[in-house]
Amino acid sequence: MHRKKSRLNRILAWAGLIILLLIFLFPLYWLTVTALKTRSQIVSIPPMFFFTPTLENFRGVFFTDSGTDTNFKFFFKMSIIISTLSTFFSVLFGALAAYSVSRFKIRGKDDLMFFILSTRMLPAVATLVPLFLMYRSLRLSDTVHGMVLLYTMFNLGFTVWMMKSFFDEIPFEYEEAALMDGYSRWEAFIKVVLPQSVTGLAASAVFSLIACWNEFVYGAILTTRYARTVPPAVSVRVGHEGYEWGKIAATAFMYVVPVLIFTFLVRKSLLRGLTFGAIKK
Amino acid sequence: MASVELHDVVKRFGQTVAVNHVNLKIEDGEFLILLGPSGCGKTTSLRSIAGLEDVDEGQILIDGEVVNNKRPADRDMAFCFQQYALYPHLTAFENIAFPLRTQNMNHNEVNQRVREVGKLLKIEDIFPRKPKKLSAGDQQRVALARAMVRQPKVYLMDEPLSNLDAQVRVDMRAELRRLQINNRITTVYVTHDQVEAMAMADRIAIMDKGVLQQVGTPDDVYVSPANLFVANFIGSPSMNFIPCNYDAASHGVRIPVNGETILYRLPVNVKQSISDIQDGTELILGIRPEDVYIHTEPVDDGFDCQLVLMEALGSENIHHLQRGNLHFVSRTSPADVYPVGQSVWVTLETEGIRLFDRKTEAAI
Repeated sequence: MHRKKSRLNRILAWAGLIILLLIFLFPLYWLTVTALKTRSQIVSIPPMFFFTPTLENFRGVFFTDSGTDTNFKFFFKMSIIISTLSTFFSVLFGALAAYSVSRFKIRGKDDLMFFILSTRMLPAVATLVPLFLMYRSLRLSDTVHGMVLLYTMFNLGFTVWMMKSFFDEIPFEYEEAALMDGYSRWEAFIKVVLPQSVTGLAASAVFSLIACWNEFVYGAILTTRYARTVPPAVSVRVGHEGYEWGKIAATAFMYVVPVLIFTFLVRKSLLRGLTFGAIKK
Repeated sequence: MASVELHDVVKRFGQTVAVNHVNLKIEDGEFLILLGPSGCGKTTSLRSIAGLEDVDEGQILIDGEVVNNKRPADRDMAFCFQQYALYPHLTAFENIAFPLRTQNMNHNEVNQRVREVGKLLKIEDIFPRKPKKLSAGDQQRVALARAMVRQPKVYLMDEPLSNLDAQVRVDMRAELRRLQINNRITTVYVTHDQVEAMAMADRIAIMDKGVLQQVGTPDDVYVSPANLFVANFIGSPSMNFIPCNYDAASHGVRIPVNGETILYRLPVNVKQSISDIQDGTELILGIRPEDVYIHTEPVDDGFDCQLVLMEALGSENIHHLQRGNLHFVSRTSPADVYPVGQSVWVTLETEGIRLFDRKTEAAI
């Protein structure tokens, strides 16, 4: 009886997982096949599931039909530079802020934490106009440092909260032990606390990175040429026959792959990072 | 090696006074145990010595020098935590080496020092393992090794044995004491286990509710407790307490039992010390279980009561005696067996009688 039930449970669980997997993977699948189709195959109704794949769209990622450079390599480089730098800074400052909030007595700590969280509450569009005006008058529009600053600020709220929950989980006794072993507070943080929060750092970094990598709205409005990343750039691939879906899909595919690989590589720490603190020892 | 002094130390947590005007001097090379129930302020005192807590009033001196404003790192003390606090990301070896890594010591010397202390504590074979993979006893040894790898001025230990199994605890107790006797490093050790305190300490400092109750050798605190709290806390089973009133006419005490009064004449040695007490003063007569003798026949200076229960513990027998509302305990050798449920006669060892003032709870 019991055996039967557990077997049924297993089948149900697998069925659920497969359904979820189909839902989540379908867009990726569709993106990939669209990138491999010709224009007429893409728009055909009913949709074509069997076709001869073409790599023509991938050539289109780098060159227009008339053979001029699409600047994709530049946009891709910008995406890497801006995402990496802002991830680095948001994790660095996030970890430091989270550590102080977690360990020190700070007046109005809860309000401060709420304020930090509240920076994430407004939708990006709501802050666009003031940001646009500010950035123009500060000459930060369309600059790499301007975008790094913005994305760092944007991610900081998240990294502070995430890292705080990690630091809260690490008993203060380890630092006390380090203090007694002859280390300063700073050394204790570097040598004892940070090594124990590697998973937290990794998880925060992945989330920040993905958020920057995929950010569209600010990029579309605040950049035009010199600090433009791939998402806003790809959206304007409109040819003389309307949207060039095949090339957009091919570009998006190439843009998604690095993040996919990266996420796959760090999936273990990501999973631990997400469930950290959920189960008390 | 160093002496440690607490001068009028006060530590508050909000409204609670955790350490209340404690004065204590720990001599160079001494093994002092801070003993008391949980929440008595013993751990807070220890952490204040370490510098992990800032004191609100008073001074802490090491070798005569005030260290109130010194960081823990600059006080040159080693702390052994109750939960060991072994760095989970480091191997046992690296845990032990950790305090040396900040001292500009060359690689070979670090290796040598760690191996020496590992050999001493017999933990060399577990060096490559991380704390998670170690038994509680081994974790404890590594924590101890980390404290001992330096030659600090003072060892501070916060209930280091409390997480161990009974057998390991007894072994480690002896081992720890032996090591301390060999290297003679001043040690302050916190425990709530009075047996541990009696077994290990040069002197015991007993605390309750933040106040230091008595400081003395294990023998002192056992034989001459300063007050009811100490008398009750030290010894297992604890001292018998019999409420009574002083009877000046007979130099004795009147013990009220269910309406009647037993007059118990005090022995000569006790009489002298209480000659200035007024008739009728409310007292408590304290007597250790081993000083309560049981007789099967009526005896002089004895009083009769019921033997209600006997616990045979192997190495000793514990007899529970009752007369009306009066209940007390006698400890005898395992050879002494008396009929349970019968009337027996009880006498008290004159040397063992302690009198306490019922109001102040202080010893007289």
